[in-house]
Amino acid sequence: MRQTFLKNREKRPLQKQGHKSVTMYSGMYGGRRHGRRAGSVKTRLIVFGLLAAFLLLGSVFSAQLAPYDPDLQNLEIARAAPSAAHLLGTDRFGRDMLSRVIAGSRASIFSTLLLVAVITVIGTLIGVFCGWNGKRADAVLMRISDIFLAFPGLVFAMAVAGVLGGGLHNAIVALAAISWPKYARIARSQTLAQRESAYLKAAKLAGSSTTKIIFKHLLPNIIGPILVTSMLDIGTMMMELAGLSFLGLGAKPPTAEWGSMMSDARSLMTTAPWVAFSPGAAIFLSVMVFNLLGDTIRDYADPRSRDF
Amino acid sequence: MQDNNKGPVLEVRDLTKIYKRRGQDTVTAVDGVSFSLHPGECLGIIGESGSGKTTLVNMIARLTDPDRGQILLKGREITRLRGRDLRSVYAEMQMVFQQPADSFDPRRTLGDGIGESLRNNGWSAAAAREESGKLLEQCGLPAGFAERWPHEVSGGQCQRAAIARALAIRPSILLCDEATSALDVTIQQEILDLLGTLRRQMGAGFSILFICHDIALVQQFCDRVLVMYQGKIVEEGIPDAVIRKPSHPYTRRLIDSIL
Ligand SMILES: Nc1ncnc2c1ncn2[C@@H]1O[C@H](COP(=O)(O)OP(=O)(O)OP(=O)(O)O)[C@@H](O)[C@H]1O
Ligand SMILES: [Mg+2]
Repeated sequence: MRQTFLKNREKRPLQKQGHKSVTMYSGMYGGRRHGRRAGSVKTRLIVFGLLAAFLLLGSVFSAQLAPYDPDLQNLEIARAAPSAAHLLGTDRFGRDMLSRVIAGSRASIFSTLLLVAVITVIGTLIGVFCGWNGKRADAVLMRISDIFLAFPGLVFAMAVAGVLGGGLHNAIVALAAISWPKYARIARSQTLAQRESAYLKAAKLAGSSTTKIIFKHLLPNIIGPILVTSMLDIGTMMMELAGLSFLGLGAKPPTAEWGSMMSDARSLMTTAPWVAFSPGAAIFLSVMVFNLLGDTIRDYADPRSRDF
Repeated sequence: MQDNNKGPVLEVRDLTKIYKRRGQDTVTAVDGVSFSLHPGECLGIIGESGSGKTTLVNMIARLTDPDRGQILLKGREITRLRGRDLRSVYAEMQMVFQQPADSFDPRRTLGDGIGESLRNNGWSAAAAREESGKLLEQCGLPAGFAERWPHEVSGGQCQRAAIARALAIRPSILLCDEATSALDVTIQQEILDLLGTLRRQMGAGFSILFICHDIALVQQFCDRVLVMYQGKIVEEGIPDAVIRKPSHPYTRRLIDSIL
């Protein structure tokens, strides 16, 4: 009897399951695939990490790096073209553009990174909390985030900054207040997608507390797309911060800040284009470095792509 | 605690799970199931797809909350335990999941997963690492597999690692939810041999609840079998006897389909 059963048992296919947790979002931003670009993930991480660190250090030590006082006016050399003395030329008040761009990195890069870090942490924590617990708190918080998402961001930020009054600090608070819901949404949907995964159940069976499960197992698995979003958001946030500065709701003159420097230079576009060029190029380069770093971090966070 | 060695290690009374979905009929996935698992016993549960086997075993492992009924582990009720009390239950009861690859955190090595229960129970990281290597060897894999990522091993190897993880804390009950279904026949046999060896080594201190939908496997491996159909237990007995004289129409159909 036993023999017959064993003989007649049908053969099953080997394995069907895939690795769903990561491939799920690998095509989310522009459909780039791991390993298609030249250079190993590690090399790229080192290169872009160093570039970003360089920008960050530059913004921290901007006071020491600037060759001239960025606020020193000298109308005799106003709107001077780039020369050996002033590598990037001077603006309408004769201030050295190179010094101003270096000094501006503090307001632009430092504030933006701080802002993005704050909204990433707050948004993610709220999103994970909602996705994990569900129920009433989830419904309430998600309706609130709906309200925030329904408004055009910059207009809302203007209103908030207007209520709080100008200044870089208040501009950061305003932008943080309107931009956390995006992160909460992503974190929540990722949490919902992973919540029933077997590996989280296995962690529970291993005797890990809920806090441990969330921080040691869930977060590392959902942080990839969130980090990519924050990296890609750095550029947007830089521009929005500059936009608020332009409207007098952010950095105030004479503080050097790339965005407000660019809007300052609008009227000089035809006569002294270098005044607009250097802060523009600074924004462009920083945004690019942080975007590439974001991509690389996404790849690196996935152990499957480390061998490339 | 009314701990006595003669009684069942696990007892389930009138366990019921009803899924309610908005706009649709309610599904009674598990309907008043009662049974006992005795020390050293291997109890098979067999049933067609959708008969509620996974729901039942998830309720026993406290991964799903039952709507009614009781779960008793060595005479102690664990049906509503939470937090620290619930965590202490998992030192006695472990589970091997149906899909081995999904049950390991993709961002942690196999060794890390195997040692997790040990570290949570006061082992140092180094001791847990060493022990996970030993456990892997016990389960027929080189100790070096502890350094591997879940995506770097085959399904059979992953299932062995999952068994190593379940055994790490030396549980007295192992719940296997179709632990071999995702594997092909030869690997299936190896895993069964491994479980058989473990049973022989540990004797009465180790009981298995073996969920399966393959009656031949159950016949080969289990001391006793429960047949589940539409959320209810419709038949119970020694596998050979059930196969020879099935009393429920579903069991008869199941056996006819194989012969
Ligand atoms: N989360 C859920 N919500 C609603 N219904 C569910 C849920 N989980 C399971 N069910 C239903 O409960 C019933 C039993 O499902 P269960 O997964 O326990 O079956 P099973 O015996 O394990 O099947 P299989 O052999 O295919 O694994 C099915 O009808 C299923 O549709
Ligand atoms: Mg199942």
